[in-house]
Parts: sequence; structure tokens; C-alpha cells
Amino acid sequence: MTFALALEQLLNGLQLGVMLFLMAAGLTLIFGVMGLINLAHGSLYMVGAFACAAVAAATGSFWLGLVASLACAAAAGAIIELLVIRRLYDREHLDQVLATFALILIFSEGTRWVFGSFPLYLDIPPLLQGAVALPGGAQYPVYRLAIIAAGALVALGLYVLIGKTRLGMRIRAGESDREMIGALGVDIRTLYTVVFALGAALAGLAGAMVGALQSVQVGMGEPVLILAFVVIVIGGIGSIKGALLGALLVGVVDTMGRLLLPQLLTLFFPPSQAGMIGAAAASMLIYVMMALILAVKPRGLFPAAHA
Amino acid sequence: MLLDVSKIEASYGASQALFGVDLAVAEGEAVALMGRNGMGKTTTIRAICNLNPPRAGSVRLAGTDLKGKPSHRVAKLGIGLVPEGRRCFPNLTVHENLEAAARPGSWTLERVNALFPRLAERHAQMARSLSGGEQQMLAIGRALMTNPRLLILDEATEGLAPVIRQDIWAAIRKLKAEGLSILVVDKTLSELLPVADRCVILENGKSVWQGTSAELTADVQDRYLGV
Repeated sequence: MTFALALEQLLNGLQLGVMLFLMAAGLTLIFGVMGLINLAHGSLYMVGAFACAAVAAATGSFWLGLVASLACAAAAGAIIELLVIRRLYDREHLDQVLATFALILIFSEGTRWVFGSFPLYLDIPPLLQGAVALPGGAQYPVYRLAIIAAGALVALGLYVLIGKTRLGMRIRAGESDREMIGALGVDIRTLYTVVFALGAALAGLAGAMVGALQSVQVGMGEPVLILAFVVIVIGGIGSIKGALLGALLVGVVDTMGRLLLPQLLTLFFPPSQAGMIGAAAASMLIYVMMALILAVKPRGLFPAAHA
Repeated sequence: MLLDVSKIEASYGASQALFGVDLAVAEGEAVALMGRNGMGKTTTIRAICNLNPPRAGSVRLAGTDLKGKPSHRVAKLGIGLVPEGRRCFPNLTVHENLEAAARPGSWTLERVNALFPRLAERHAQMARSLSGGEQQMLAIGRALMTNPRLLILDEATEGLAPVIRQDIWAAIRKLKAEGLSILVVDKTLSELLPVADRCVILENGKSVWQGTSAELTADVQDRYLGV
């Protein structure tokens, strides 16, 4: 294995990590602040991807599509929060899982109804086409680097929003004592809608950006949702910092595992078997990592203070 | 009247806790809400703030009926609550606790810091690491940051060291002197009575006695507040 290949895969891992962070940030915020398990978060990712693909196809502009993905996912998030989710805050997690699972079915069938079963395709915008040379000689797509940069910007923005603004202070205050923040004059219902729409917009952004790398299709959100849950469990539920670190860890470990494990196993098995066993082991790797981390830190790497 | 509570009844789940509480606080007045443990003081306060809305009777703030208004609307209309147990946000710093509650008005961070210089010294410290007395100062400061017309203190100095109690009472006296209306619950009568213009005593969820501090004779104290 060359240095160039390792670097390329490391960047791919970071890019996967960033995408998972965008999903996990909203998921962990919604769980941490409202105590809600939202299985429909993957559907919001899909909404973002479809909105971007549809608007980009209609207008010819990826950037308008990106704006549309943020707007549509945030709007979809706000609408389901107002109609469904806010009835679930005081209910048990099982009720939340059932209701948000129903939302997955509704979103999936609704999307199939509007767009049909065939996948949509989204082109990488001209500005971000092409590749840059990495040290070691390999070429790496600019678009994937842009995704990493976008994730870094979102992480920074969330850090400022949650850590430094009055809105962020109120969100964190609501996390530790919902009734008290209400008794101080903060409209917690509106605050929850805002948090939910924000989380939805981030999921939509992730969906739109990934839409240009993969096909945009119904059901694309669910595999990512499962990984995002792994991320927030590793990072510590409710912690944005944990979501960032967990996402990068899962992204890099998953990607590097798929590269390295089959090669490592050739030391013990003939090449044909090593490839097969390695691939299988690699797909389990993040779950093994999650189990190990939870064995040492049962509440994740950065447990939220109130939990 | 700034606060006018009339014949409120309230329940916790199936069990009724208030059976008719009347009390009033005039502009600039300090009223002590008294009674033995379990007589309904905290429930009355929670009912006024609509944290546990009364099921009968009425609560009016400066003439506005609070019925059906969510607790955040009640707070915005001008009630600043310092709850029993203080309930500072443990995962926020002192500064953030104050900032999270802030609404425009004459109470600002500077003014709260001037009232409680200890809070200024600890502004970057997490609320969970404060002593009980400092947390109480923070809870009062936080309620003041909402720029209330009426400050409600539930167990103003419960569980605090005597020297800290003095600081809290000094602050309450200062707030009263500045003209803030106050409804206060506390067990230290020697401190409470000089501050309070009037007293309301609850027994078994009913207001059973009202009068000035001077009228609260040893006899009345024995009858309603003695253990």
C-alpha cells in the first residue's frame, strides 16, 4: 500500500465522518435537548437530497439546489415537529420510535409518489469539479475536499451558536431544566421547533452534498441514520463535541478498516479468503469499536453534563 | 393591585393541594407567604406561575388574567421566580445562567453583579460548582435579569449558612427599597418580618390569616406556625 492511497482513504474517511457529523449533530441535539429519538432524521436527509436534485435539474444551478435543500429540510422538520413530534416529548421512547418510524414510511412513499422509483442524479457543480494533487502524487476530487470544508464550517458555526449565543445558552438550559427555562420567560415550544428545524436543515445539507456523489433515491437516509446513531452513542448523547469526534472516528475507522483489514489478514489467510473475511470484519469494525468504547465509557466519550 | 390571587384551587394529580387561597401584592409591597411545611406555599407559587395551573379561582397580574397562559407568558408579563431548590442550570456558567434569562430592562449583568459581587467573581464558573449560597444569589440574579415587576422567592434562604443568609436578606431589603414588589417564603421569621409589609398564612391549602407584620402576634405564630 502506498502513502498516496493511505492519504486518499484517510480523506475519504474524513469526508464520510463530516457527512455523519451533519446527520449526528441534529440527531444528538434533538435527543439531548428534547429527549426525543427521531428515526425520521434519515428521511430529512433524503428530503434535502431530493430537493437539491429537483431544483438543480429545474434551474441548472447546484447552488440554488443547495439552498433549496436547506430550506425544504428545515421546513419539513418544522412541519413534522408542529404536527407530530411535539406530541411525543412527554411520551416513552417506544412511542417515539413507533411514530417516527411511521414518518419514515410516509416520507418514503410520499417521495416515491412525487418522484417515482427511479433514482435522480445530481451533478457536481463546475466550480468544484476536478481534482487536486495530493502529496505522493495521487489526485483527489475537489468536491470531496469541499464537503470536508463545509463540515468544518458547520462545526464551527454550531460551536458559536450553541456555545456563545443567547439562543444556544437557552437550548442548553432547556436541556437541563425544561420547566425552569419556561418559568424564566423562554417559549420552550418555539425553541424546540427551532432546534428541530436546525437539525433537519443539517441533515438536508448532508443529503444534498452526498447526492452529488451517489444516486438520490428513496430509502437513502436509513443506512446513514444507523451510522449516525452509532456516532452519537460513541460521542455521548446530547454532545455536539462528541458527535464531531464520534463522526470522524467512525468515518476514518470504517474507511481505513475496509482498506487495511483485508491486507492485514493476508498474513494469516490465503489472499482470496483474506479479502472476503477482511471485508466482513471491516463492516463490523465500527460496532466493535462502539462496544469497546462503551465498555470503558458507558455514557460515551463526551457525555452531556445533565444526563 | 399588582398581583391578585383569588380563591385558587389546585391539585397534584388526583390529590387536591389548594382549597381556596387568597392573596394580594401591591406595587412596591413585600408580602410574606407563611405556613408550616406541606400547607401549600410552593403549590400556591407554582399555581401563580402556571407551572401547575389552578383549576379554579383566578390569578391576575396588573389586571391581566393569567388563566390559560403558558408559564413563559406569565414570566414575560412580569413574574420573576426564584424556585425552591434554586434550580440553576448546572451545565451553564454563572454568566450564561444570567444571560439565558435576560430580557430588556433596567436589570443588566452589571447591575446584578453589583448586587452580588460574588457572582461577578465567579462569572466563568459552572453553576454546578457553586456553593448553595452562591447558587441562591445566582437564582435571584437570574430572576432579576428577566426584569420582573414581581419577584417571587420560594424558600429564600433555606439550607444556607447564617453568614450567607445575611447577604441574601440584605439583597432582598435593597430590592424592596428600590421599589420592587416581592412575594417571599422563608422560615426565618426574625429576618422575614422586618422586610414584609404584610403576611399571609396558609393552612391545609387555604389562606387562613392575613395581616401586617406587626399584627402577627406570638399568639398567631403559635397557632399557625408553631411546630
